Amino acid sequence: MAFQLPPLPYAFNALEPHIDAKTMEIHHDKHHAAYVTNLNAALEKYPALQNKSIEALLREINSVPEEIRTAVRNNGGGHMNHTLFWEIMAPQAGGEPTGALADAINKSFGSFAAFKEQFAKAGMGRFGSGWAWLINQGGKLSIESTANQDQPIMEGKLAILGVDVWEHAYYLKYQNRRADYIAAWWNVVNWAQVSKRFAGK
Amino acid sequence: MEHKLPELPYAPDALAPHISKETIEYHYGKHHAAYVANLNKLIPNTEFENLALEDIVKRASGGIFNNAAQVWNHTFYWHCLSPNGGGAPTDALAEAINLAFGSFAAFKERFTATAVGTFGSGWAWLVEQPDGTLALESTSNAGNPLTAGNKPLLTCDVWEHAYYIDYRNARPKYVAAFWNLVNWTFVARNL
Repeated sequence: MAFQLPPLPYAFNALEPHIDAKTMEIHHDKHHAAYVTNLNAALEKYPALQNKSIEALLREINSVPEEIRTAVRNNGGGHMNHTLFWEIMAPQAGGEPTGALADAINKSFGSFAAFKEQFAKAGMGRFGSGWAWLINQGGKLSIESTANQDQPIMEGKLAILGVDVWEHAYYLKYQNRRADYIAAWWNVVNWAQVSKRFAGK
Repeated sequence: MEHKLPELPYAPDALAPHISKETIEYHYGKHHAAYVANLNKLIPNTEFENLALEDIVKRASGGIFNNAAQVWNHTFYWHCLSPNGGGAPTDALAEAINLAFGSFAAFKERFTATAVGTFGSGWAWLVEQPDGTLALESTSNAGNPLTAGNKPLLTCDVWEHAYYIDYRNARPKYVAAFWNLVNWTFVARNL
């Protein structure tokens, strides 16, 4: 079965004013859709790989046949990254995490404010296109950034939160001001969903 | 040595409708300017402080390379474009292109494929190799052919900031429009 573009879990304009409707529409319907289309095209000759979950496919990226490995890395990564990105955002969200996730953040970074600062720095410091991630390794949290559409799972790491810092994620509204985009993005982080991911659900 | 943002060789609206004034204002006035400002912040008290830009590009790595190469790449890109550009190259450049790619049409097709196929942020280049033959190159992020010993002749910026305001996700449309602006006189001088 071919990979499918998941529907956006809210309306295009649901994240206004932080992320504008036009950006969401192009980002989901064009960019994410293209990753799915290109992933399926790459896997056309490999039916066995088409039946794997995206997680399983990317976890074993190094065993994907070499002739399609880069295409799977880029487009499969793009598919998984964007699917996660839509889920960890929501309207009427933002604020701060609670419960076990809040405890883990405090333990790993000292405070929520310190975490936010380090995470934003990882997003700002990614030169070119890529992502900043909050990684959970057995309850220990860390921050990483990856280039292009590389997914932490390709190195066996579980990302529970990610911010897209490709220019297409923010250029229509924020142009060159990536820092303003990241500052606004905190207002749409769906901490309930991030907590679920942290709990392994 | 302080590096300066070079003057744009035409008015910001001169490349419209292919590249809008708004794109140029951000691309030149914000992105290119920021690379210059960052470079000037990074080089004091380093071995790169008094080097010419091209030498920094050839020798540096990390943040200094990224900003120096992006200053160089953008200055080169602006000169590759012209409001009176487009058409086809002539004389020695035309011959070198035919020799390497078979025809100008085949070259355009392959250069376009290189530009469209560069994943993420980067640049597509026509370069002259040390043996004098022409080739295509794709570089990521700030990558520049000089570091591999090749001489840049023509470039197309495929960072999303180069086309997102005008073409959104449609990079192929931007590259198609790019051909209407190529300053073949400049490209020929680089040979």
